[in-house]
Amino acid sequence: MAYKCVVLIKQVPDTKRVTGDVMNDDGTVKRSALPAIFNPEDLNALETALEIKDRFGGHITVITMGLPGAAAILRESLYRGADDAILVTDRRCAASDTLATSYILSCAVKKLDYDIVLCGRQAIDGDTAQVGPQLAEKLGITQITYVEQLIELSSKTITAQRNIGNGWQQVKAELPVLLTVVGDANEPRVAAARKMMKYKKASTPIEVSEQIKAENPKADEAEIAELLELRAKALEEKGLLIKQWDLDSLEADLAWCGMSGSPTKVHRIQSVVLAAKESKDIHPTPDGIADMIHELIEEKTIA
Amino acid sequence: MANFFRDNSDIEFLFRHIDLGSVAEACEEGFRFADEFEHAPGNAQEAIVNYEMVLDSLGRLSGDFIAPRAEDVDRQGNTLNEDGSVTRAKGIVEALEKLGQAEVMGFTLPHRFGGLNFPSLIYTMAIEIVSRADAALMNIFGLQGIAETINAFASEEIKQKYLPEFSEGRVTGAMVLTEPDAGSDLQAVKLRAYQDDEGNWILHGVKRFITNGCGEVLLVLARSESDRSGGLGLSLFVCVPGPTVHIRRLEDKLGIHGSPTCEIFFDDTPCEIIGERQRGLVTYVMSLMNGARIGIAGQSMGIAEAAYRVARDYASTRKQFGVAIEKLPAVRDMVIDMKIAIEGGRTLLYETSRVVDMEIAYARQLGGDSRLRGNDSEDKAKAKKLKQNSRKYKRFAAVLTPMSKYYCSEMCNSVTYDSIQVLGGSGFMRDYPVERHARDARITTIYEGTSQLQVIAAVRGVCSGTAEKFLAELAELDYDDEVKDLLDTLGEGRELLKNAIPFVKEQGNDYMDLYGRALVDIAVDLINGYLLCGQASTKVDMQVPVAENAAGENGRTVSMKERKAMVARRYVTKNAPKIAALAKLIAAGDKSTFSKYEAIIGPVPAE
Repeated sequence: MAYKCVVLIKQVPDTKRVTGDVMNDDGTVKRSALPAIFNPEDLNALETALEIKDRFGGHITVITMGLPGAAAILRESLYRGADDAILVTDRRCAASDTLATSYILSCAVKKLDYDIVLCGRQAIDGDTAQVGPQLAEKLGITQITYVEQLIELSSKTITAQRNIGNGWQQVKAELPVLLTVVGDANEPRVAAARKMMKYKKASTPIEVSEQIKAENPKADEAEIAELLELRAKALEEKGLLIKQWDLDSLEADLAWCGMSGSPTKVHRIQSVVLAAKESKDIHPTPDGIADMIHELIEEKTIA
Repeated sequence: MANFFRDNSDIEFLFRHIDLGSVAEACEEGFRFADEFEHAPGNAQEAIVNYEMVLDSLGRLSGDFIAPRAEDVDRQGNTLNEDGSVTRAKGIVEALEKLGQAEVMGFTLPHRFGGLNFPSLIYTMAIEIVSRADAALMNIFGLQGIAETINAFASEEIKQKYLPEFSEGRVTGAMVLTEPDAGSDLQAVKLRAYQDDEGNWILHGVKRFITNGCGEVLLVLARSESDRSGGLGLSLFVCVPGPTVHIRRLEDKLGIHGSPTCEIFFDDTPCEIIGERQRGLVTYVMSLMNGARIGIAGQSMGIAEAAYRVARDYASTRKQFGVAIEKLPAVRDMVIDMKIAIEGGRTLLYETSRVVDMEIAYARQLGGDSRLRGNDSEDKAKAKKLKQNSRKYKRFAAVLTPMSKYYCSEMCNSVTYDSIQVLGGSGFMRDYPVERHARDARITTIYEGTSQLQVIAAVRGVCSGTAEKFLAELAELDYDDEVKDLLDTLGEGRELLKNAIPFVKEQGNDYMDLYGRALVDIAVDLINGYLLCGQASTKVDMQVPVAENAAGENGRTVSMKERKAMVARRYVTKNAPKIAALAKLIAAGDKSTFSKYEAIIGPVPAE
């Protein structure tokens, strides 16, 4: 049977490229100075959904909450085989912690018909791994976290293998279910040629209106709105319009969103500056390694 | 995170330097497909964006997924099972799945069969990128000419049956040509094709050395005219594996271990004919082979690039006598020669691919546009011009294709051998990939026509004046003052070649073949010289980093234009004395190969 999958994805700063140049004095990262990428484990979640679709058929909807620029990763998802893409964007989402984020996402997912919801284990910017589990709670469905392998999917039952750190565990659950997927689960496919050729023109209404403004600098708001409606309709007919939802269309309770819905308080930020400038050559011989171990024990780096 | 398209500044430069717009326009037939197919481009700019996106995706797949598996694929190879089925190396199976998902298995097929309708030039770049990751995988990825042959010559019914499957990556093909007694000489093919009472075609006989013979679609060259020997007795057939197709043996090879090389016995296998009877070899296989030769040249580029990168890295890190070995003149010279030989091969191959694209486009226009057969004088003039262009590009392609196959595959062998040399003892060990690259390289000068056969094909074009016409067109292009003196040097080379040709012709065909290699070497060096001068005159604004210099400074960049001027200068000035020597050798008239062979070689040694 075919399965309806919803994949939650996030655009994140590429924290692998953090250098001294992109750090603020207080130890936080200047997000704008880093390239924005598809959160790596969300790609694994998408790949899991695509494998389900390849084997059983079905439909994949991808949702991201973020700034208008996050449309880029929605296109990346369409290039790989997602059928539908939704951008949840609203200024009132700003400063949401994991509680508020999972609430907003739950409002979005509830508007859809689904069998399996998939998230990456965690995002490389916050590293909390909380949004997936919280989302499952808010949707009131079973969650299987740290999925490293999908064992079986038959009718309304799923069997998956979880990585539990010091081993693995196989669990069986009834659908609907939410999975959080780890990086070892698979090697995500690359963007597909024909899909790129088609979906490179896929846009959100915000992007279309920016484009209209750039092309018609003198147009007033009414004219822009009129053009937007025309172009959005043309894109929609070709299946190239990325849906865009705000908190009103989600009918979200604003008290649970953004700053007011986020009880998390940052206790302290530790600014770690690596002071060491010297490097040391270790000879790749048993003696060299023994010396190094000895030194590390003496310096209490390892015990 | 490796991307074999993005990390190669020479490919990126050529992507911008070559006039892709006109290639795209020719290939997309004036962008007439945009209304019908959602993925077809509406203009040249969009087509180029498509090319770049697809190469980027393929570059990532090659760097991150395919390359890390290549060593295991080489060790594992293929297995012939008891039941006659073939199990491919794990890495090849996984890579084929990813290539299918990437929708790149119908690279040049038309939109209507789910293909990308990309030009041969972009396909050549793709083959190079994939081959750098795993040379053996190219023998499947690079066999898309099989689908192209079906597209060009088969009936609509056969096209509908097979081509969408190729585009989806669900099937792979094999060119089933070679037999125990028909290798280079395909006219000697014996495998029998006969018709049953209902007129259905049936195959019977043995084929050998069949790359990917365990593939799902087999194009088989067979003798359909039992009373007729030679090429005109042969037709081309398509069949699929089944109970009558037996893989009897897998060859145990020096290199490209991931590519299964099969012996196949066809025991009364039902098949369908491609196109017309008797045109199998003379038209269809010749066309198939031309594409395949460009493919092998692309494979050669990829292998050479892979080996060079290991050697370059080693030369800069390995210390002897207190310095990195690349500071030693002999190593330094070897590394720079490798780099320039690769750029020479690339410029020749990409230009050849561009010419092939134009050839295909002109031939299609000539065949398809009925307006050009009108009566008024303007139409006639247009038709005449078109015919001239079509004929010209056909001739250029016919000489450039064997030149590229010859030059790139020979270059690949010398570069991979030199890479081992740069690594010294380490290069001889299996701890480093260069020995694999050298083993993989070895087949490139052999299959799809040996170097000797490529030279025979190319030397005809050199002696008929086609190469000179091509050189004359190159000489007419705009060049910067910076390289004007190099153009003079190249002009002198052309004079030497022009003077050699009448002498060779006077001596006859045997002499032409005897000195074919020398003649073709001169022509290739001159063509590459002009193309590199053209790159040195580029309008592309691109900066590339410079390596740390002798004083230990780095972080500098140089414009690609300046860098290419250096490459062109070194290439042209170092080749000038070689060209003069070759011209002298040709003019010397030595025929001892013919007259003294028996005496010098002596009798065949007794057991």
